[in-house]
Amino acid sequence: MYLYDEIDQRIVDERVRQYRDQTRRYLAGTLSEDAFRPLRLQNGLYIQRHAPMLRIAIPYGLLASYQLRKLATIARRYDRGYGHFSTRQNLQLNWVRLEDVPDILGDLATVQMHAIQTSGNCIRNITTDHFAGVAPDEIVDPLVWCEVLRQWSALNPEFAYLPRKFKIAVNGSREDRAATRVHDVGLHAVRGSGGETGFRVSVGGGLGRTPMIGHVIREFLPWQHLLTYLDAILRVYNRHGRRDNKYRARVKFLVKERGAPEFAHEIDAEWTHLKGGPATLIPEEVERIAARFVRPAYEALPARGAELEARLSTDAGFARWHGRNVHPHKVAGYAAVTVSLKRPGSAPGDVTAAEMDALAVLADRYSHGELRVTHEQNLILADVRQRDLAALWGELRALGLAVPNIGLLTNIVACPGGDFCSLANARSIPVAEAIRERFEDLDYVHDIGPLDLNISGCMNSCGHHHVGHIGILGVDKDGSEWYQISIGGSQGEHASLGKVIGPSFAQDEVADVIERLIACYLAHRDGDAERFVDTVARIGISPFKEYVYGNAHQERSRAPRQLAAA
Amino acid sequence: MATLIRNARVRPDSWRLLEGPFDRLLIPAEDGLLPDLPAEPLIVPLALWLRRRDDLVERLPHVGLWLAADQDPQSAAADLPRFGVIAVRFGEFADGRGYSLARVLRERHGYRGELRAIGDVRRDQLYYLASCGFDAFVLPDDEDPRGALAALTDFSDAYQSSVARPSPLFRRRLSGACA
Repeated sequence: MYLYDEIDQRIVDERVRQYRDQTRRYLAGTLSEDAFRPLRLQNGLYIQRHAPMLRIAIPYGLLASYQLRKLATIARRYDRGYGHFSTRQNLQLNWVRLEDVPDILGDLATVQMHAIQTSGNCIRNITTDHFAGVAPDEIVDPLVWCEVLRQWSALNPEFAYLPRKFKIAVNGSREDRAATRVHDVGLHAVRGSGGETGFRVSVGGGLGRTPMIGHVIREFLPWQHLLTYLDAILRVYNRHGRRDNKYRARVKFLVKERGAPEFAHEIDAEWTHLKGGPATLIPEEVERIAARFVRPAYEALPARGAELEARLSTDAGFARWHGRNVHPHKVAGYAAVTVSLKRPGSAPGDVTAAEMDALAVLADRYSHGELRVTHEQNLILADVRQRDLAALWGELRALGLAVPNIGLLTNIVACPGGDFCSLANARSIPVAEAIRERFEDLDYVHDIGPLDLNISGCMNSCGHHHVGHIGILGVDKDGSEWYQISIGGSQGEHASLGKVIGPSFAQDEVADVIERLIACYLAHRDGDAERFVDTVARIGISPFKEYVYGNAHQERSRAPRQLAAA
Repeated sequence: MATLIRNARVRPDSWRLLEGPFDRLLIPAEDGLLPDLPAEPLIVPLALWLRRRDDLVERLPHVGLWLAADQDPQSAAADLPRFGVIAVRFGEFADGRGYSLARVLRERHGYRGELRAIGDVRRDQLYYLASCGFDAFVLPDDEDPRGALAALTDFSDAYQSSVARPSPLFRRRLSGACA
């Protein structure tokens, strides 16, 4: 956890004071709706379907237990007692009152939190690998760099009114768990030949209605130049990005229009004016920030205790949870644990205030008082002693938060959809619930194996459907809700975009379609080790289309569903 | 007389902004001479400056230049230091190009004179505008400039390197020179 110093705190406090005055003037009628809009958006406040929605920043997904308790208090006091973790590692409150927001922001500031730039056409919350700092395959710890970027982006005067929003992700491991290639800028931390830290920079990735994979424009950017190089990218984008059409305004369109090599050339030309200037980073600052991170004091523990081994061999339920929700840790004797927020009767990513309080207790007891939010809308306890895993599992089970489905079909990623969001064409939550119900049999879900299923309620793609192995997109046809299905997308270093299988479906057909896709996969897979997405890559989408649409004409009335033999 | 905010004070404004169609100033009369330019200190659009530079240059430094957000000052680069004022016009306040343009004028071209924000310039943008190098602001009629002055002190410090504070907070922390 990065701890604010008094200047960090003062800047956030002053932001609250500024926004309190802006809200006061808006309510008094001296600040117009149009003039107020970008101000409230840059403080996290959207006007939603039912009520304003407040999006609270959880910088790079790192959350302290005392902060989670404060979020619980806020959810109870100002909302309906729950919150929604989004795919951008933030927390959304769906029922706040506009006039309460300055007080909420004031409460957040008391625990070093804010909602700065969680919306609007500005640099958004920096996201990263949810295993940052604990991953065994880590090359560079991205957390320090994320905080460097949080400070650089927060209230950056030059880039507050960009053509469109701007998202930056940082990854520091071999595996890309931060989806860097689908961000406006992706920073992949690497080591140079002498061991020095640098970044591979990609630009122009993004989902939305025109998904694109980012282009690498610099293979190795030495860390000292991180901020000046980003300044150059942002300045070129700010000056030359399209502003006449918001659907063509993201930086990816500028990159596409110019071509990646020409765009890189333009960045370099701008950079020559900035490189080596005052914004060039210095080692003292990197060390200062690193020192302000409270890190666990790890104990010397055996790599794997006999007690844990015994439990794994005798307790199938524990072993199953351990197999899916427990992840390796770079320190011997420790593990990272995913708390699945994908459970019966609850929308993906939703947590009640009571659960927040209970999870804060577990974080204190088992994981140095820290949690992480994942872009798959789950929580992680990142520093759990392996010998405590069984006890933690017991406590999570008692809370209903031990569903062993991480990486599996029922770990569904979904935006809030039409139930809450005024942009959505269709609802996401009932579709997620129908699929979860259809695949209630855990044995079956485990047999299907690794599968990312993502649902977005509209083209804005907050549910990241393009990179789901199975992606579901809500579309509007003649005023009613339909769902378009794609397969073969994937996130990570070799990110790819899914292909649409054909005409869209009504809401009550979606679970059937997913079942048919799975049946096709099970019939064609080359052994248990071949994942759904690998099978799609190998055999193409035609066999899947055949399974889904082949008999559809004759049996529109829907024959009894054929569950593939597991 | 019109007022503006200059150097964090409300002041009278003696400059006249030449906006709208100025083509008549480019068409020679029957005697072949170009029409006289208005006598008062004038802020002229870039296109007029480029076309009538020789006439205007005699009036330096009582001539100012204004730029639209999408214009590049490069074509007038050599003359920039001599303008009494340079204005950047915001078509709408949410169009952020002028912020980068201001930094380019200050940091790349080394312009040290008055840099004023004109057009849709509002109180709630003043702090960032000032950070990017503007030191004068012409507010629309419905904004009270005296009330808006407070916005210039919304924040006591900032993280970034900017025109107002070239040294970013991380360098000033080392020397103890933070606000």
